[in-house]
Amino acid sequence: MTTQVVVTGLGVIAPNGLGLGQWWAATLRGVNGIAPVSRFDASGYPARLVGEVKDFDPAEHLPSRLLPQTDHMTRLALVAADWALADAKVDTSTLPEYGMGVVTASSAGGFEFGQRELQNLWSRGGKYVSAYQSFAWFYAVNTGQISIRNGMRGPSGVVVSDQAGGLDAVAQARRLIRKGTPLMVTGGVDGSTCPWGWVAQLASGRLSTAVEADRAFLPFDARAAGHVPGEGGAILVLEDAEAARRRGASTVYCEIAGYAATFDPRPDRRRPPGLRRAITLALEDAGMSPEDIDVVFADAAAVPELDRIEAEAITAVFGSHAVPVTAPKTMTGRLYAGGGSLDLVAALMTIRDGVIPPTVNVTPAADYGLDLVVGKPRDLPVQAALVLARGYGGYNAAIVVRSIG
Amino acid sequence: MSDRTLTIDDLKRILRECAGADEQVDLDGDILDTEFIDLGYDSLAMLETSSRIEREYGIKLDDDTVVSATTPRAFLALVNGS
Repeated sequence: MTTQVVVTGLGVIAPNGLGLGQWWAATLRGVNGIAPVSRFDASGYPARLVGEVKDFDPAEHLPSRLLPQTDHMTRLALVAADWALADAKVDTSTLPEYGMGVVTASSAGGFEFGQRELQNLWSRGGKYVSAYQSFAWFYAVNTGQISIRNGMRGPSGVVVSDQAGGLDAVAQARRLIRKGTPLMVTGGVDGSTCPWGWVAQLASGRLSTAVEADRAFLPFDARAAGHVPGEGGAILVLEDAEAARRRGASTVYCEIAGYAATFDPRPDRRRPPGLRRAITLALEDAGMSPEDIDVVFADAAAVPELDRIEAEAITAVFGSHAVPVTAPKTMTGRLYAGGGSLDLVAALMTIRDGVIPPTVNVTPAADYGLDLVVGKPRDLPVQAALVLARGYGGYNAAIVVRSIG
Repeated sequence: MSDRTLTIDDLKRILRECAGADEQVDLDGDILDTEFIDLGYDSLAMLETSSRIEREYGIKLDDDTVVSATTPRAFLALVNGS
């Protein structure tokens, strides 16, 4: 029998709330975390809105030893991991260090740190570059820092597949548990709100240039014109269900029941996009049928062509208006590698509380055929949820989560 | 040789600025003969620290030599002798 893998701890850092409780309450109230950029002067750029994590003082949460060597997004990740482990009530000092591993997702590494050190290099010379630049910019840095801070020496790695990574990492953690590591810390926390990161994101052509926070990120709306980027994400503790029972884990949120990843064909090929196949394969992996899914958390690109592809994939599998669909990321912006993980946590909370968080600011375009949960949360008993995430360059990922008994 | 001497207090200040301070360690105690690694500073922290000292004091320190000075006393001797 395949090892059952369950989620036992959650840590959230999001533009509309610090910590699981605060973020979830804000999300159900529809609190928008999108606002003008404050981390740098964005007035000269075509895109000026962002979902920034607010009121976060790293020195309040982390030892001074870690501050000179960490990018902003790594600090967020370390704190989210602390919160996830605390939520799981894991005492890492009592568990075998090789029995705990870390797999996170990242889209860009520590861009802000990297920009600062490159500026030092250009303007002042090599001896002004921090020795910590050697790893602080790197994609795998969150995995490394979480593993060092918590004494986790089991199998570890990083997944780089943009927004899809937030789900791909969780799937890789599940794989490693099935290969014998009882506990994995996983998820994604991301962010590159600095001029260098901003320019890189603008190059995708997918950023919204709107200036009003409630009109900037409108997936599945006729007015959709790109997304607002954000920072933050979620870290999850995954465990072998048996090991969690033996440890006496106090909370088991859900089972990671199914997963699949697909890749889009080259644009000049006539084959269809890969998202629908990812959904079908994830359901198959879970041993479930479309009727078993009570809610879908959409990738919600807010680029008309991509919205259409996603709506077509969902309605092809489930039927028109046949399953509630939501995109709470309309309150945070797209968090890149953090986005898939945060949506996964939203799905777990939806199952726990029997309430689907809303998609805010959106007037659904009728021709998509989606039952989009807009404006206010919807009370509904939920046993299983499907979470979708796509990454720039053709990545598709789908995860099915299912309540435990 | 630089015309300024690096004191233990200078070194503590620069260590704190470059690499922070381990919560388990009292940097204000007598640390002259305590190994840097026991003070919570790894080789990267020492490279960062020595690069700051090079800039502030206008001297050149060899990376390998820096890492071989494993206590504050040895490190001060190295810097003040260069």
